[in-house]
Amino acid sequence: MTSKLFASNLRQQLAKSTHLFRRQLLSTAAAAVPEPQHHEDSTGITMKGVKISGRPLYLDVQATSPVDPRVLDAMLPYYLSRFGNPHSRTHLYGWESDSAVEDARAQVASLIGASPKEIVFTSGATESNNISIKGVMHFYKDKKRHVITTQTEHKCVLDSCRHLQQEGFDVTYLPVGTDGIIDLEKLRAAIRPDTGLVSVMAVNNEIGVVQPVEEIGKICKEFNVPFHTDAAQALGKIPIDVEKWNVSLMSLSGHKIYGPKGVGALYLRRRPRIRVEPQMNGGGQERGIRSGTVPTPLVVGMGAACELAKKEMEYDEKRISALQERLLNGIREKLDGVVVNGSMERRYAGNLNLSFAYVEGESLLMGLKEVAVSSGSACTSASLEPSYVLRALGVDEDMAHTSIRFGIGRFTTEAEIDRAIDLTVRQVEKLREMSPLYEMVKEGINIKEIQWAQH
Amino acid sequence: MLRLVSKRILGAVSRDLPPPAVLPRFYHERVVDHYNNPRNVGSFDKNDPTVGTGLVGAPACGDVMKLQIKVDEKTGKIVDARFKTFGCGSAIASSSVATEWVKGKQMEEVLSIKNTEIAKHLSLPPVKLHCSMLAEDAIKAAVKDYEAKRAKSTASQEETSGEKAATA
Repeated sequence: MTSKLFASNLRQQLAKSTHLFRRQLLSTAAAAVPEPQHHEDSTGITMKGVKISGRPLYLDVQATSPVDPRVLDAMLPYYLSRFGNPHSRTHLYGWESDSAVEDARAQVASLIGASPKEIVFTSGATESNNISIKGVMHFYKDKKRHVITTQTEHKCVLDSCRHLQQEGFDVTYLPVGTDGIIDLEKLRAAIRPDTGLVSVMAVNNEIGVVQPVEEIGKICKEFNVPFHTDAAQALGKIPIDVEKWNVSLMSLSGHKIYGPKGVGALYLRRRPRIRVEPQMNGGGQERGIRSGTVPTPLVVGMGAACELAKKEMEYDEKRISALQERLLNGIREKLDGVVVNGSMERRYAGNLNLSFAYVEGESLLMGLKEVAVSSGSACTSASLEPSYVLRALGVDEDMAHTSIRFGIGRFTTEAEIDRAIDLTVRQVEKLREMSPLYEMVKEGINIKEIQWAQH
Repeated sequence: MLRLVSKRILGAVSRDLPPPAVLPRFYHERVVDHYNNPRNVGSFDKNDPTVGTGLVGAPACGDVMKLQIKVDEKTGKIVDARFKTFGCGSAIASSSVATEWVKGKQMEEVLSIKNTEIAKHLSLPPVKLHCSMLAEDAIKAAVKDYEAKRAKSTASQEETSGEKAATA
């Protein structure tokens, strides 16, 4: 009760301070309208050669989310007074830590309809994906030599598959349609007698499309092939039921659901039992699947985050959908040539991946320094290649260069959305004014028919 | 003693640290400046005989640059320049710099502008060097276009004068 009170207090405080900050941001930015230059006299932040008037508003929750104050509240005692090693069997410190870890395990399990015994704590979804893919294939390597996955998976799944290929395994990368969804018939056709695993992510990290997991699960059951899903972006956002989905393995992450970074979980089905070869050897913690001391505070945080997500999923979903609609309508009202990447119907509302025709994404991001968004995934911003996910969707290369991912989360406000609309529209208009392509299109020239000299 | 040593070390370290504004692997402040306040954005009428237009790059590569020069026909001097660029901040900055540099110069002179000079001026990192190359190409293409136009117009003038002579 006291902790709840404290949490609500903390939340109010936080809301107040962010409110204050936001007002400050708005006022400085409003003052900057006639003169968009920020110079030394402002008390702004200068970082990486870019100067901004305050902390940017955060619309990148697919990358990571802030820790919910209520989660932090649950974690703190396990850093300070209850710091015991959960594997210590000889004293109170160990016992209380162990009991906290088991409670967290139950909280995670309850969110996905699993038994606590089926949850293994890991360092994050990347590790869970590695254990799932390499662990399963290595364990069954005598009979199973084939993996099926999709072209739009997260890098860690693709990289694990590439690693398997180097070891002599076969991998099929299923293509996706223009909406980002896989074709179930193609999946069915790709399954072979020696297929050891089907791995398809539930919610895509870049474009937010939701794969037909339940149907995939059915097909896998029919052929008796284990099904792994990377649910890092789905946990706490769409209802998950491991029985309904018929998954054998599932990767989960803590920091995407307002929990701490550095913790994740792996769901491992018990009936029928799926076995994996451990990737980490050691003291045999987590039933030998993931050795190494379980980080009690982080695990407690992930458990608390799951419990909150279970309680607030419906509420969050309603708010986030409304905000997404507001954002999309707000931008579309003022700009033409705005394309949503990926299916609009089968989509998690918190992810809005947009392409702005005739404007290049990187320069748009450079102009949107007061909004923390990304051009798809963190990896693609470093290279000049357009996102492989958008290319798999068959998005034209010039449009793939122009994508921006807006991520809306539990703490996003209407004012933030309005400000994001305002800044985006202004920046796109400025860049279009500067774009030779936009000029040509207005003159009635078809850009696609021009023979461009490729560099 | 220890404090003194550590102070000295720390002092030395902090003096050695680069100021935060010029973190090497991001945009140089000149790039940011040209991006925020691009010089000479716009277009000339591309059918104007005194205008040369260079259009280089491809949308699929993420960069298209259009650079135009206005030339004084008598002196061959570039009196004005305009650009429009679809591309990253470095591409916009490179073309903005290019228009500034060609203005007021003779045509032969601007052909010697090297991409390395632009890259150096903007401190472009290796992954962005193609932006400066594109700017160099755009300048060359604009000059070539102007010369082609001029050759054509003088040829047609000669033709017409030749015809006149024939009829007379």
